[in-house]
Amino acid sequence: MSTFEALIAAQDRVEPRDEMPGDYRATLVRQIAQHAHSEIIGMQPEGDWITRAPSLRRKAILLAKVQDEAGHGLYLYAAAETLGVDRDDLLEALHTGRQKYSSIFNYPSLTWADVAAIGWLVDGAAIVNQVPLGRCSYGPYARAMVRICKEESFHQRQGFESLLTMSRGTPAQHAMAQDAVDRWWWPSLMMFGPPDAESPHSARSTAWGIKRFSNDTLRQRFVDLAVPQAEALGLTLPDPDLRWDEERGSWDFGTIDFTELREVVSGNGPCNEVRIGRRVAAHEDGAWVREAAAAYAAKQGTRGAA
Amino acid sequence: MSSSSEVDTGMVLALADDALVASHRLSEWIARAPSIEEDVALANIALDLLGQARLLYALIGDEDELAYRRPAGAFRNAVMLERPNGDFGATIARLLLLAAHQHALYSSLAAADGDLGAIAAKAVKEVSYHRDHARAWTVRLGDGTEESHRRMQDGLDAEWAVWGELAPTQEAVDWATAVITQATLRVPGPVLAVERQEHTADLDELLSTMREVTAVHPGATW
Ligand SMILES: [Fe+2]
Ligand SMILES: [Fe+2]
Repeated sequence: MSTFEALIAAQDRVEPRDEMPGDYRATLVRQIAQHAHSEIIGMQPEGDWITRAPSLRRKAILLAKVQDEAGHGLYLYAAAETLGVDRDDLLEALHTGRQKYSSIFNYPSLTWADVAAIGWLVDGAAIVNQVPLGRCSYGPYARAMVRICKEESFHQRQGFESLLTMSRGTPAQHAMAQDAVDRWWWPSLMMFGPPDAESPHSARSTAWGIKRFSNDTLRQRFVDLAVPQAEALGLTLPDPDLRWDEERGSWDFGTIDFTELREVVSGNGPCNEVRIGRRVAAHEDGAWVREAAAAYAAKQGTRGAA
Repeated sequence: MSSSSEVDTGMVLALADDALVASHRLSEWIARAPSIEEDVALANIALDLLGQARLLYALIGDEDELAYRRPAGAFRNAVMLERPNGDFGATIARLLLLAAHQHALYSSLAAADGDLGAIAAKAVKEVSYHRDHARAWTVRLGDGTEESHRRMQDGLDAEWAVWGELAPTQEAVDWATAVITQATLRVPGPVLAVERQEHTADLDELLSTMREVTAVHPGATW
């Protein structure tokens, strides 16, 4: 048995200097990069509401949240770099569409209540997905996930609390909160990926200790958490088939329209172009700044050596 | 200098409005900055300024009343802070001059007793970081490439010309002058102290963005 196989069998952590199969490395690079890109693109739908937040307290909470997401992106790019790739190349892959980010961010954030719904549902789903990754076999990714999940739980609670305030507010606020939940519910369920039967890489990722639970298991876990929370919020979830299943001890839910997910993944979502366009514009507009920083650092190096 | 019992409302409003308006403009950079590190840094500075504004507003009234329901004409911020951002060089130039001014001002206020003194003492620490950040970028851009040198100088010329409205102390001017010289940039000239100027349409635009949600939900709490 190779060291790698022994580590996996013992459920020990694989660290950057350990030998690992090329496919394991490639799978991790793809997954961590996609995750990092999601944090960065995810700044956009909520970031657009910072200047418009309806109270200074909410503005401060949102600013801090979006700042956290940028920080998550940085930890994750750093984790990916331990696998021998370079952040600039990963960003290039994002900008040219060779690597993906979570499709959830290709939906528009139309009202202030979307910020709260994103916190409650999107951060909530992210937590369900990511808590098990805190125990994944690759050390740097697992450690980044533990740190990130702590912050994501703050985001989830803040989103819930903001939504609760709106739900209990004026009729117009309540309607805005309900509308946001109606639009974000199904896309949030799709964050767990395709059904197990159609999930191409799952078996291998499970064998390697990257994936601990199947897509459908995590999706069910999220639904079971969200249903009572929606009730506490005084809001309804847009699924007439939601029903408590005594035998399973879980909530049954309706059929997910995965055709829509595939459309959004393949670039035809409502905001794909806007998100990437904005990201590329920021990168290009900032090129002269990054060049200046590099030129200055090089001059300092020469001066230091002289 | 005012004590805790007798707060100079006009001065506190000016400080708070400067901080709020500067925070608003900086937060427009988020997800648009030249690097992710800079998204984090600018968000952090915007958050500090917002925190300062909130503490200062609380000394004299209700923060949301003051931020969301006061007519633009009653704002005391300097006009240089309400202007649109321009490029990253202009943003750094503005931050350099604002932080130099705030650092000197909060340092002197920190000596006072009472709530204002405590707020100022906390703000000095935050503003020192803003000053360091702006200084580091001013030097990198000034002494970076030809393009960055030109852009940084343009930004500096434009912001320096209106800096007098903040009435920076000699200490602040000296500090900024030293940074500019280190950055191989040209010091634009003497700083002429002027009265706070009439607000422009830029403030109306800024406030209508800030109030986009509250305007359609009068009487709501958030
Ligand atoms: Fe995050
Ligand atoms: Fe988050």
